[in-house]
Amino acid sequence: MTPQAITDYSGFIRPQKDGRHHLHLAVEGMNCAGCAFKIEKALNANETVAARVNVTEKRLTLTWAGDAAMGNRLVESARALGFQFSAIRQTADNDNGRNRALVRYMAVAGFASGNLMIFSLALWFSTPETMGVSTRQLMYWYSALISLPAVIYSGQPFFKSAWRAVSHRRTNMDVPISVAVILATAMSLFETIRSGAHVYFDSAVMLLFLLLVGRYLDAKARARANNAAADLLSLMSGTATVLQGDGHQRIPAAEIKAGMVLLAAKGEKILADGIAQGDTLIDAAALTGETLPQTIASGGYLLAGMVNLGNPVQVRVEKPQSESLMGDIIALMQKAEQGNAHYVRLADRIAGWYTPVVHALALATFIGWWGFGGMAWQAALLYAITVLVITCPCALGLAVPVTQVVAGSRLFRQGMLLKSGDALERLEKVDTIIFDKTGTLTTGKIIFENRADFSGEELSLVAALASHSRHPLACAVAGVAPVNSVTDISEIDGKGMQGVYQGKICRLGSAKFLEVAALPDDEKMELWFASEGQTPKRLIFSDTPHADAIETIIRLKKRYRVLMLSGDRLPVVQTVAAQLGIENFYAGIDPKQKFALIEGELKNGHFVLMVGDGLNDAAALTLATVSMSPSSAIDITQNAADIVYQHKGISSVLTALDTAHKTQNIVRQNFALALGYNCLAIPLAMAGLVTPLVAAAAMSSSSLLVIFNALRLKGK
Amino acid sequence: MDILSYLIPIALVMGGLWLAGFLWALKSGQFDDPEGAANRILEDEEIL
Repeated sequence: MTPQAITDYSGFIRPQKDGRHHLHLAVEGMNCAGCAFKIEKALNANETVAARVNVTEKRLTLTWAGDAAMGNRLVESARALGFQFSAIRQTADNDNGRNRALVRYMAVAGFASGNLMIFSLALWFSTPETMGVSTRQLMYWYSALISLPAVIYSGQPFFKSAWRAVSHRRTNMDVPISVAVILATAMSLFETIRSGAHVYFDSAVMLLFLLLVGRYLDAKARARANNAAADLLSLMSGTATVLQGDGHQRIPAAEIKAGMVLLAAKGEKILADGIAQGDTLIDAAALTGETLPQTIASGGYLLAGMVNLGNPVQVRVEKPQSESLMGDIIALMQKAEQGNAHYVRLADRIAGWYTPVVHALALATFIGWWGFGGMAWQAALLYAITVLVITCPCALGLAVPVTQVVAGSRLFRQGMLLKSGDALERLEKVDTIIFDKTGTLTTGKIIFENRADFSGEELSLVAALASHSRHPLACAVAGVAPVNSVTDISEIDGKGMQGVYQGKICRLGSAKFLEVAALPDDEKMELWFASEGQTPKRLIFSDTPHADAIETIIRLKKRYRVLMLSGDRLPVVQTVAAQLGIENFYAGIDPKQKFALIEGELKNGHFVLMVGDGLNDAAALTLATVSMSPSSAIDITQNAADIVYQHKGISSVLTALDTAHKTQNIVRQNFALALGYNCLAIPLAMAGLVTPLVAAAAMSSSSLLVIFNALRLKGK
Repeated sequence: MDILSYLIPIALVMGGLWLAGFLWALKSGQFDDPEGAANRILEDEEIL
């Protein structure tokens, strides 16, 4: 009766013209290109199948001849190798499309500016006497021929963005850029037609090219910022089997209601919180990162997101998906993500005053020359437009992206992955740091403390009993000594392990199980062990902080407020806080409370850096001003964080903060350089001394200056 | 400088061919998987 449930991708399988079918899926669990080739080899073994894994984008493209359903079986065989497959997120697809479009714009602008420069060189280094007027005109016309399509095509991202801003009564960096490019091109065309000399095609197109480069660098840096809530949603989507009367039916996950009985087949994901109606083995990696399978007895609680590894099990649903733990976290994350969209980047804020100032100066130039200088209005307009062209923010457009790319690669060398450039901007503003406890401040591994209190024989017995249990404390002692031959080992649910050695019964378990008379005061994690007739002895466990935690916290406390949050019990949290010197800590906190706490801090005007590694941190990470997570965290939490760090311990937090300050200093220097350059150029332009040569030279050299300054970040 | 009247168009056409080629390569996905292409040479495969 048990259906062999394979995940159904038929919604994504598409027929091709040649009779084959194709399927695109996102792949997870690949650690290197070798994994990708493993998948390809396994799938390509079938002759009718063509499989290709894109290592960069982590996607599988599968085509095969045969019926559509074969696709599901093929993916299943790849899943058996140890990888997970899911639908490609729409946002990832959109990002790819945008990046590709940017490369196209860059290619066209690059081709155009290269060719235009060749003409310009000839024009600048000759005069009408040496070259001949008609030849110069010919070159101007060729320049026009190349520029016009290039500007119309490659200028699109700027024009569209500027239009969007202006139509909402705002301004951003793209407004002065678009105005300058359009005016420069129009003026140059006008000049070419009437055989004038003020032709700026090369400056306009070169400007577009350099800005597109800046934009592309920016987009690449942002490419890794994943939409974390969407990831969780895909984890929860799909169909589940509901048992109704005698039969069963597959319904979409969203329609699962409390009281229904679901059947989770072997390998199937559990899609709602509920009570297990039988014993089973589950994999909770997506929720806790715990890679060892856990046994859940009949009557135990199952959470949405767990994978059933054992025989098919029935689940009586307690809460619909929207009220499950996962559902709560998703809702919180979506709420947080909406808030994040309002962060206005530094470059756009500068554009806010830059645009009106520059346009005012251009207007002043026009009025000055026409009104007071007595010049014809066409000539005065020419000067005014030149002012706009030369103040155009070529360097300003590069100042930030270039610096952020260099900073990102510097962080990468220090074991950190920076997901988006403006994370550094936000990191610089931080004044409060909130740490999660387990796995972030502590190693997350349980250490057996008082080994010295036990004899070698006792330790072997403990190890023998412990090796048969899946309890986290038992796992910590399972390897403590070579195992003795203990027989008749059995696990008494909820209490401990029992076995027979040399005719005596030994037990390892809770204080109650071993009937301990005098319970100790402190609330340390413990197990008790005794052979028949002996007084039970106590095994003490602790979760130790990382080696660098104490020193890092000391240094952090000098400049920031440091808080610790944990879902763990108060006594344990208190101990760790005391060890690390953290005065402000909260214990027993659930994800909703974490979220509310951060909301409170933000409302009070603090800028919060959140560092965490668990599923229960995901929503808080999304809400905080900026967030970091260790690479040992589960996928979802890593996706939610702005920076993922590899090094054990929390020293990466210091490094990241330090880098952020240095980066922002360089960004500010770059803005100063770019603006300073403009200040030199504006008087020249207003006085009518700027020729196309001067304009092009000014733009290129200011851009180069900004790039070289950004490169200083590499060495610091 | 009469030679320019056909040299320049030739140069532009050649440049245009490059642009067309690049855009085609971009469209046909040549640049989609730089890491995969880099690692593929290291893969051991049986050559029949």
